[in-house]
Amino acid sequence: MRATRAFEEAVLPTLTALLVALVAGDLLILSYGQAPGEVWAMMLRGTWGNAYGIGQLLYKATTLTFTGLAVAVGLRAGLFNIGAESQLAAGGFCAALVGLALPAAVGPWIAVPLCIVAAAIGGGLVGLVPGVLRARFGAHEVIATIMLNFVVLAFLNWAMASGGLAVPETLHTTAAPHAAVPRLASVFAAFHGSAANFVIVLAILVAALTGWFLFRTRYGFELRAVGLQPAAAENGGIRVARTWLMAMIVSGALAGMGGTNFVLGYKSYYEDGFAGGAGFLGIAVALVGRNHPLGVVLAALFFATLSQGGLAIHALVPKQMVEVLEGVVILAVAMSVPEVRRLLRARPRDPSPPAPVTSGAANTSAAPALADG
Amino acid sequence: MSTGATPRHAATPATIAQGPAVRMTGIVKRFGAVTANIDASLVVTPGEIHAVVGENGAGKSTLLRVLSGMFAPDAGTVELFGRDVTGWSTAQAIAAGVGMVHQHFMLVPTLSVAENVVLGIEPVRGLRFDRDAAERRLATLARECGLACEPGRLVRDLSVGEAQRVEILKTLYRGAKLLILDEPTAVLSPPEVDELWRVLRTLRAGGATIVLVTHKLDELMDVTDHITVMRAGRTVGALVTARTTPAAIATAMVGRAVQLDASGLPVGAAASHDTTGTPSRVSTQAFTGPAVGTPTPAYADTPRLALHDLVVAGPRRARAVDGVTLAVAPGEVLGIAGVEGNGQTELVEAIAGLREVLGGRVLVDGTDVTRFSVGKRLRHGITHIPEDRHARGLVLDYSIADNLILGRQRHYARSGRIDRTRVRRFAEERIAAFDIRPADPDLPARALSGGNQQKVVVAREMPADFRVLVASQPTRGVDVGAIEFIHDQLRAARRAGKAILLVSAELNEILALSDRIAVMYGGRVVHEVARAHATAESLGPYMTGAAA
Amino acid sequence: MIGVILLQTLRIAVPYLFAASGGVLAERAGIVSLALEGFMLGGAFGATLGAHYSGSAWVGLLCGIAAGLALGAVHALACVRFGANQIVAGVALNLMVVGATRFFLRLAFGSSSNSPRITGFGGEGTAGALQTFANPLLWLGLAVMPVLAFVVMRTRFGLRVRAVGEKPEAAESLGVRVATVRWAAVVASGGLAALGGCWLALDQHQFTDQMTAGRGFIALAAVIFGRWEPVRAGIACLLFAFAEALQIQVQGTNAIPSQFVTMIPYLLTLVALAGLVGRSTPPAALGRSEG
Repeated sequence: MRATRAFEEAVLPTLTALLVALVAGDLLILSYGQAPGEVWAMMLRGTWGNAYGIGQLLYKATTLTFTGLAVAVGLRAGLFNIGAESQLAAGGFCAALVGLALPAAVGPWIAVPLCIVAAAIGGGLVGLVPGVLRARFGAHEVIATIMLNFVVLAFLNWAMASGGLAVPETLHTTAAPHAAVPRLASVFAAFHGSAANFVIVLAILVAALTGWFLFRTRYGFELRAVGLQPAAAENGGIRVARTWLMAMIVSGALAGMGGTNFVLGYKSYYEDGFAGGAGFLGIAVALVGRNHPLGVVLAALFFATLSQGGLAIHALVPKQMVEVLEGVVILAVAMSVPEVRRLLRARPRDPSPPAPVTSGAANTSAAPALADG
Repeated sequence: MSTGATPRHAATPATIAQGPAVRMTGIVKRFGAVTANIDASLVVTPGEIHAVVGENGAGKSTLLRVLSGMFAPDAGTVELFGRDVTGWSTAQAIAAGVGMVHQHFMLVPTLSVAENVVLGIEPVRGLRFDRDAAERRLATLARECGLACEPGRLVRDLSVGEAQRVEILKTLYRGAKLLILDEPTAVLSPPEVDELWRVLRTLRAGGATIVLVTHKLDELMDVTDHITVMRAGRTVGALVTARTTPAAIATAMVGRAVQLDASGLPVGAAASHDTTGTPSRVSTQAFTGPAVGTPTPAYADTPRLALHDLVVAGPRRARAVDGVTLAVAPGEVLGIAGVEGNGQTELVEAIAGLREVLGGRVLVDGTDVTRFSVGKRLRHGITHIPEDRHARGLVLDYSIADNLILGRQRHYARSGRIDRTRVRRFAEERIAAFDIRPADPDLPARALSGGNQQKVVVAREMPADFRVLVASQPTRGVDVGAIEFIHDQLRAARRAGKAILLVSAELNEILALSDRIAVMYGGRVVHEVARAHATAESLGPYMTGAAA
Repeated sequence: MIGVILLQTLRIAVPYLFAASGGVLAERAGIVSLALEGFMLGGAFGATLGAHYSGSAWVGLLCGIAAGLALGAVHALACVRFGANQIVAGVALNLMVVGATRFFLRLAFGSSSNSPRITGFGGEGTAGALQTFANPLLWLGLAVMPVLAFVVMRTRFGLRVRAVGEKPEAAESLGVRVATVRWAAVVASGGLAALGGCWLALDQHQFTDQMTAGRGFIALAAVIFGRWEPVRAGIACLLFAFAEALQIQVQGTNAIPSQFVTMIPYLLTLVALAGLVGRSTPPAALGRSEG
């Protein structure tokens, strides 16, 4: 019964959100004078209906898996990392720099791993700053990561525009083909033309590794304890501040690795603004995926489908419809998570008593309050 | 008058004649599977001070929250001066002149005293909130009621006693004729308690009716007019203070005869425990008696735990612990007595490594551990039962098994990976040894009762190899069976040569378990005495700061 | 030169002042204001639609405010009624408004990048001092923080807002309806921030995609840098705007790359967060969802 309820708590909000999004989508489609059924069908055909569509959505889901994992690891430690966007960009930037710095002669078997490490380090460094601010000064990570997003993105923009890294008249670097990860199409011809590439294998491996780390190792045990109840973790000898710092670095590194999907797998160069909101969408992916690596992968596929589906329906309805729907889904999930929990816990056969009458100090909300800054 | 025999409450003839201020009958209140009140009742005469007494968890607070409109009862009726007000809201209760002073203060720290008092019914002039009028009216009210108060001060700068006066003023400002106070003395220092009684008597003289909750008997005899006794959610007695004795009240509270000495301390409880071997179903008031006849601990040359001139900062005071020097020998229980808030929490957390030590040293078996991290202290054999198990003791969403290894996850990990089989085996062994129910290692700690939650904490903090245990309020909010069990564990550890520092707000618990007793007042140890030479009366003056 | 910079500062500061005032109000009531950007963009779009179809800047202004109030209501519904995570709700709202403005831009004007020219306040082209001072929103923007300071510190509503943001259970126990106060504060914050968006659209005489360009977050930075106090936050807005105005003037000389000037508000806020320029303590109940 316990397992059932945990399952219900995880799935019901998502189902509710899908329903709300479906209704909202219908209204938008109708406002544009189109038939909803036709548009939804077109969306499905353009995504899961053909190999190219699947390839494109797999490509998008790859980046989202990384950013979703980044946000999820942060939340497991009780930290809300809103900085995945700039961590992703910094990761891609560092991967490209290392790729360009390496001579073409080293070949992909050496260049690609080095670039991946560089991406992780780049993202990790951006995660380090709010981590230090939180661990050392008690500064709230939500504000710190938001502010840092703008700082890092402005810095990268400056490096490209004024630092002489960009090819003239563009905002991207020169290509480093020796650090390229092959496309899926090179093995599965059906994916021809799509951006899907073998970074997806890295994404799956990293997701599995993250799950192992969180739920099987003592570091994950400590990280989750800190996220749930820092005071209890501290009493168990866990260094809370250090755990927060480590979590932010790991979170940043995960987002940073996502940069390899574009830089190594797709274009072979860094381009200003390639992140394009995938970092922010990572929040949605972690939320819908319930901060669980498997959930994150599934949620990444879902949001990638929406995103790719927007392009598929553009002939009938503007693709911006899916941006609205993404917002609607996130909002609806955020609204129904506490509601569903309330409803489920109000059931009479519930074994757990209500909020403890004695010592109401226990703050068990999963969301970090801004008050503890 | 009959006490405890009949669960039904019988109103005294006097109250019927006058017409009661409050009449609650047949109140039932459930929270999920937990029934807090079942067939509870309360009759309060106008213009009296009425105490509702009972053990922890007897349903006192719930009953009064039903009265104040915070909870709607699942069954039963609430009448105020003959009017049926069952299921009313807080706002309606306030409008009808019912004011509640909560155990945890409901004050906004960043606002001034006057702003806190008038919040919700602020005087307005034009568009503005009329702060001057608020402060003027409050000053007038305070003068009339004989309560000292500075309307312009920020609440966050007030002492606990001052804050409580603001709470009382809040209800009076709203025209409260019926005041409900939930455990008003729990957080007060003795002089502040005396001041509170003075205030309440003044208010009674002015015609107010006062209902207060407590589980401390000795305070009530000279303040209250009537006493309602609750047990296990039911009302089991209504007594006239002038015609009863602490013994009779205690009997009603626990449901069987308890012999009390003059201080309200049960005597002979130890004997009953030893002879019958069953856990005595006495309340938190009645622990097994003093450690008379048990062997005196063997004193070693070096104490297991030694504190030298320890200074620790607290949230309110810079020197919450102000130069404490203490030693605990192997096989000794040192009890720290004192009113809460006199530096005990800070002392405990400093020893556990959770709070920075500003001066002095902590030694364990001669090793200076003052600069050790929490983890290093754990590995050095220092364990800690924290006073707040919901915040510090347990990760409520972790399973019982995970909570049992919290702090020792390193031992259960091989190259980083936690060995689930070993964890499970260990958890099952501990669950059996400590009789934790339900005996399911995978159940989240949140789903356990308070007593079983505390058993998980105790099971974890008392491994075979620990040297020093700092136990802070080890039985707070725990049912009687678990109290008995935890006390037995502490005694067993004492016999095994461990050093135990026991901090408890319950003087009886200190007296029942300690070999020596130190009294803390204002961050200092003001008195230290062997258990054999200590009584509640002899310690009282030190706890209140009257003797030093 | 100095005069130009000061005028420029005022013009840049107006939208910050509006949005930051909304931020202060909502956050003092305990609701995190990540949606200021969305409120502004929605306000700008509402103003554009209103002005386009009516031909009147004033009708546009009213429509912009209405859009902001509506978005504020959505945020309040999520955070107050449903107890949604306030950070998530803010992020979602921003995302939704960007998408919605593009979608309805296509629907209304057949372009997803900008609207046609609309009537606004002041003439077209490079706005001189005269035109700027003729814009009623300028004066409203300069007045908004002092007025807000009065509301928060001196009125009954302000007292309740502060109580609700610090210790909602205390306010609740005195019969103050926490949810109502928060609804009012969040909805009003939507309207206030939307005024900033109205300024942008009516000053530039058109709507362009994502025309708020992060201004809502600069306003949020000003709220934090100003320690949640209206007047301090207002000064922070002027400070940030002055840095930008200065940068525009020295742009030709290439003395400082514009990207580094862009960073100033964010870097200052990071420094403030670290407590290096005095501790900033947020309202105690900020971000805590009830229920």
